Amino acid sequence: MALLEVTRVRRSFGGVVAVENVTFAVQTGHIKSVIGPNGAGKTTLFNIISGMLKPDSGHITFDRQAITGWPPHRIAGAGVSRTFQNPSLFLKMSALENVMVGRHRRTRSGLAGCSLRLPSQCQEERAIRAAALAQLEYVGLASLANLPAGALAFGQRRMVELARALATEPVLLLLDEPASGLNTREKEDLGGLIVKIRDQGVTVLLVEHDVSMVMDISNEILVMHNGAVLAEGPPVVVQNNPRVIAVYLGGEFQHAAPSQ
Amino acid sequence: MSKYTQLWAGGLLAAILVAAQLLLRVTGKDYCLTQLTMSVYYAIVVLGLCLVMGYAGQVSLGHGAFFAIGGYTSAILTTADFSRFQSLAGVGWLKSIHILEVRQNLFGSPVTTVSPWAAFLAAMVVTLVIAAVIGYPALRLKGHYLAMATLGFGLIVNKLILGSSIAGAADGISDVPPFALLGGLMVSGKSPVRVQNYYIACGLLLLLLVLLGNLVRSRMGRALRAIHDRETAANAMGINTSAVKLKVFVLSALLAALAGVLFTHYTGGIGPSEAGPLKSVRYVALAAAGGMANLWGAAVVSTLINYLSLRDWFGSFDQAVFGVILILIIALAPDGPLPPLALWVRRAARRVFGQRRPRHGAA
Repeated sequence: MALLEVTRVRRSFGGVVAVENVTFAVQTGHIKSVIGPNGAGKTTLFNIISGMLKPDSGHITFDRQAITGWPPHRIAGAGVSRTFQNPSLFLKMSALENVMVGRHRRTRSGLAGCSLRLPSQCQEERAIRAAALAQLEYVGLASLANLPAGALAFGQRRMVELARALATEPVLLLLDEPASGLNTREKEDLGGLIVKIRDQGVTVLLVEHDVSMVMDISNEILVMHNGAVLAEGPPVVVQNNPRVIAVYLGGEFQHAAPSQ
Repeated sequence: MSKYTQLWAGGLLAAILVAAQLLLRVTGKDYCLTQLTMSVYYAIVVLGLCLVMGYAGQVSLGHGAFFAIGGYTSAILTTADFSRFQSLAGVGWLKSIHILEVRQNLFGSPVTTVSPWAAFLAAMVVTLVIAAVIGYPALRLKGHYLAMATLGFGLIVNKLILGSSIAGAADGISDVPPFALLGGLMVSGKSPVRVQNYYIACGLLLLLLVLLGNLVRSRMGRALRAIHDRETAANAMGINTSAVKLKVFVLSALLAALAGVLFTHYTGGIGPSEAGPLKSVRYVALAAAGGMANLWGAAVVSTLINYLSLRDWFGSFDQAVFGVILILIIALAPDGPLPPLALWVRRAARRVFGQRRPRHGAA
């Protein structure tokens, strides 16, 4: 069953069409990757799905609800969580507090309850802290819980951001280039972690440049080029698609070769 | 600030406030308590502003106006004479449930006015509605739209007051009756209840410090700080950013209005300068001088500086001294004067009580 269905979505900025007539679906329990050269419209597509941008036309269905045009917090509440291309942590808060923010949507104490420290609020606060710590442990950063997010290394920020996204208990997790800026070792760990997250029942949609990681872990791949869908299918099929090789993989290999 | 630091800070501040009162009593300067009480009420406005500015990262230049809206609503309702509506149906009923009351005015003649409790509730409702109307459009946008909207709003309120005879125009309103609280306590500026009023104001300040302290250390407080830091990410994590910003703005406007109501009953009147744009700027400056996201710092700095200003220490240089203090604090202690002060005290204590540590570790 398709968890997310994107139908004929289009978005332009002024005269530039960033996403043109994109249609695809993500199956429950899959890892689906969106690849494509820079400027292919991947991040725009992500921003549309998570509600930060409104599409000019087309519609999006998540879990059989039409979520087109919903504000981001409502989409997050429906079970879609995301990370950002540049880790977007709350730098003045500790790593733990960052992850605790992820529990916001799953908790309910209001201004009054919080100022009066009602018993229900205290209990909820303890649960928030425990859940956030568990997520930090899951990504292997429990020891850094009390450090300010601004003091963390780049790769660690990525992981805290992932923990924050997981703390919202997502049904669908959107990862925007999670491997960029990570070293080979970190990339391997990340690949393993994403598979583990999928195996625990979270559907994953990721945008990624690292083709080898994508080929390893994805159930399905969507290739974008100039805002449109170029190819779609399982890794083996996409890998051998002549158009993909010509437009994307071939191009990248040509660029990559001299620098090695 | 953790729960225990907050307990310590609360105890310390309470001790200082009591010590101040005793000191003034011993030195025979009881009359200074009046200005101290007024400063404490102003500090409550600054506390609310801290929440909006320091935590949610939204600038409001309209808190003087909210203070005035609270004060004026209460002043107008408790001084306007409704005697000529005596014959109307329902007036008797309103009296029986103590919404209207008959009292003597300054000249000893009987007047029918709204009771302070009812006027207080009305002031809160009026402020709530106005703050929501101002905040709703301004806070749906990212950026400094609230500062713009509230600046304009403050100017309008100031001009409206100056132009309305019902608000006493440039003279303001006087002869506002005392506000009888529970248990025989009375918000009034009369000298027999001066000490009592000082403690009413201080008690309220401490209570609000504790409540708001709880708030900022909770899920809502984290949401505010998250919005301040990165609004897009906060939104993507499921925080309804415009709703949270609006709620906290309204809450802080209500605190300003609460201070305005009590201040008006305390001083027995209110004038248009309370709604002046410079007043609003001053509140913003005090919140900044206290360390923005530092409730205790804001309370202490604001009470102290306003007290000195009300006692006329700075003379005609009032605004200038104010500016200098603000610049010094922002340049030397951007988190407010309390954190470095606490550090010094801790170091001094370590030196005195000789908790020896390796030299190189004692940086």
